[in-house]
Amino acid sequence: MGGKQHILSVLVENKAGVLARVASLFARRGFNIYSLAVAPTDDERFSRITVVVDVEATPLEQITKQLFKLVNVVKISELEPAASVERELLLCTVRADPAVRGQVIELVQIFEGRILAVGTDVLTVSLEGHPGKVDDFEELIRTYGIVDLQRTGRVALPKLVRRPPTKALRVS
Amino acid sequence: MKLTGAQALIKSLEMEGVEVMFGLPGGAILPVYDPIIDSSIRHVLVRHEQGAGHMAEGYAHVTGRPGVAMVTSGPAATNIVTPLADAYMDSIPLVVITGQVPYSSIGSDAFQEADTTGITMSVTKHNWLVTKAADIPEIVKEAFHIASTGRPGPVLIDVPKDVSNQMMDWYWPESVDLPGYKPSSKGHPRMIKEAARYLLEARRPVIYAGGGILKARAAETLRELAELTGIHVVTTLMARGAFPDDHPLCLGMPGMHGNYTAVTAMQEADLLVALGSRFDDRVTGKVDGFAPEAKIVHVDIDPAELGKVRRADVPIVGDCRLVIEELVQAVRALMSGGVQPPDRSPWDATIRGWQERYPLAYEPSAEGNALKPQMVLEHLRDSTPDDTIVVSGVGQHQMWASQYWRFNHPYTWVNSGGLGTMGFAVPAAIGAKVGRPDRMVWAVDGDGCFQMTAQELVTATAERIPIKVAILNNAYLGMVRQWQEMFYDERYSEVYLSPDLPDYVKWAEAMGCVGLRAETPEDIQPVIDKANAINDRPVVIDFRTDSQEKVYPMVPAGQSNDAIVVPPFQEGRHGEGGH
Ligand SMILES: Cc1ncc(C[n+]2csc(CCOP(=O)(O)OP(=O)(O)O)c2C)c(N)n1
Ligand SMILES: [Mg+2]
Repeated sequence: MGGKQHILSVLVENKAGVLARVASLFARRGFNIYSLAVAPTDDERFSRITVVVDVEATPLEQITKQLFKLVNVVKISELEPAASVERELLLCTVRADPAVRGQVIELVQIFEGRILAVGTDVLTVSLEGHPGKVDDFEELIRTYGIVDLQRTGRVALPKLVRRPPTKALRVS
Repeated sequence: MKLTGAQALIKSLEMEGVEVMFGLPGGAILPVYDPIIDSSIRHVLVRHEQGAGHMAEGYAHVTGRPGVAMVTSGPAATNIVTPLADAYMDSIPLVVITGQVPYSSIGSDAFQEADTTGITMSVTKHNWLVTKAADIPEIVKEAFHIASTGRPGPVLIDVPKDVSNQMMDWYWPESVDLPGYKPSSKGHPRMIKEAARYLLEARRPVIYAGGGILKARAAETLRELAELTGIHVVTTLMARGAFPDDHPLCLGMPGMHGNYTAVTAMQEADLLVALGSRFDDRVTGKVDGFAPEAKIVHVDIDPAELGKVRRADVPIVGDCRLVIEELVQAVRALMSGGVQPPDRSPWDATIRGWQERYPLAYEPSAEGNALKPQMVLEHLRDSTPDDTIVVSGVGQHQMWASQYWRFNHPYTWVNSGGLGTMGFAVPAAIGAKVGRPDRMVWAVDGDGCFQMTAQELVTATAERIPIKVAILNNAYLGMVRQWQEMFYDERYSEVYLSPDLPDYVKWAEAMGCVGLRAETPEDIQPVIDKANAINDRPVVIDFRTDSQEKVYPMVPAGQSNDAIVVPPFQEGRHGEGGH
């Protein structure tokens, strides 16, 4: 994936077929969806779709506008990586012969991951964190031999804006 | 009050003020056809579902109200996909109702099952699969709201048979609740002021009026703006009639087969005021070479159109009528503050020069030769009332009709612009006549197009809808033939149709119409007079036209509009003001 990744957070009505409408808009324009995560929000009438796409800014603007034309799409925001908090979960079953098991466990611990299941010569581990960190972990753990790997795709929310504390509280 | 879903559906259509619908029944929609017997809504029984869709489009074009079509599941639903796509491209409000197999059988490959909402997702503004009868009134209300507001378009409601039979408690919703659908209507005041300044500063401005003017019912307002600012207007294929052709500021149609002046004025402009137009490739030619020096003011109700093809210097999202009204105010305010446009007499003179050197023209037929299609259209135009509705198919005849007719009233030109759907004319003309029975309605059709949907003339005869059809019978898929002649070394591949197979006169008669034929120039006027005198049934005239005739001017596909080709007898007329 190049440096042209964009994260769209799309608030949609929680209705049948909405995901198909959103996905087909991308497909029609030949845009590859890099990852996609969907789940209901705190308000059960709405769901949030977090889509990561690899596109130039100009077609992205067009696709955002087209997305917004979908009747079930309520709100779209593009999340700037610098202005948002992003998380992703990775699950992975990795080869861990007794000879290297210690190294694998150490690697998981360095990354603050968890060991979920232990087999005779494999381990299933999980790692939650910033997608960049998850990428790094994936790269390193690969060297031991991956049996199975699944990532959730990223979810994101805007960073909270922290205003500097007001210097003097004016009381009238 | 307890109603079945089917009864609730028909009652909801009545509540929406529907006066007519076009359709054809079948298994899955059977329950809904029963209450039609007791309804005030007129049902026009078509011979093919594509016809129902185009009729609903023709009706919507001329009335501005959503056209309604109803068909059954599976093959009927797929038959109406073309009109949906057509309406989607041309922003025509349609409400299409399809039957569906029982909800419980969906996904089982049941008899006549098709994934209608899936298939039509990309050619509708929105669609619904109804899952319970109680939702029907709400969905119908939403459907009409979505079809007719914002940028209009087709919507589809897919109704499973068991849902039609289910009982529900009747209600009629007060309003719609669509959190994700809030079309904007008023333009941004600061942008409008900015646009007004551009209008008054430009030396070579052109108003580029599109179909949005008609959708927004903004023809009057457009005229006010043009007259106030003295700016010339081009009307696109979708906007013919939005500004009167006989107005001194009217430059006519731009684009691939636009007239020389309209095309060239846009090319040389320093300001294009795009109102409800979308920089379609048939208008811009090669985008990189389009109107290179022009600043762009772009008004459209659909935000996705702004900047889609060409970056706008002043983008304004809003309803064309409201925005133009505000723009007129803003221009007036500037003018009364002493701002005046620069001297535009050199530009006006340049435009007049082009108009004189390169008028739309054709070479009259030598005696005994086949009819010139343009000549047929001139006779037809001059023998019909000024407010006649003209409906065309797709091909050379469409371009000639758009070029040679003089459209002086809005909603008198109905055609398939964006999708270019052959077979559009006959059914769309029927729908237009149903919508405006007081008007004379002429379909100008090609022989190829006519053969695609002619069977709907049976519908017209049976339902007493007296439309008139002029077939410009050049015995060819003429537009394709023209491209093969010009760009494929006259290698004609699969474009010949034959002038007398079928025999159009006999075919017309078999369908209950009057069939007439014109073979020589002397025949033209008498057959037109005869056709105009018939009011109790449809009439078809087979005009035997010259197969060699080509549509000029022409901007070859993929080239810049500067490469416009004029008819051979106008070549070499260079003079000042050209390029
Ligand atoms: C449904 C459909 N099929 C094919 C075409 C491609 N096409 C465009 S114009 C044309 C020829 C139309 O022939 P005719 O109706 O005789 O009109 P003419 O150009 O001869 O006036 C064709 C085949 C189309 N526009 N629509
Ligand atoms: Mg033809």
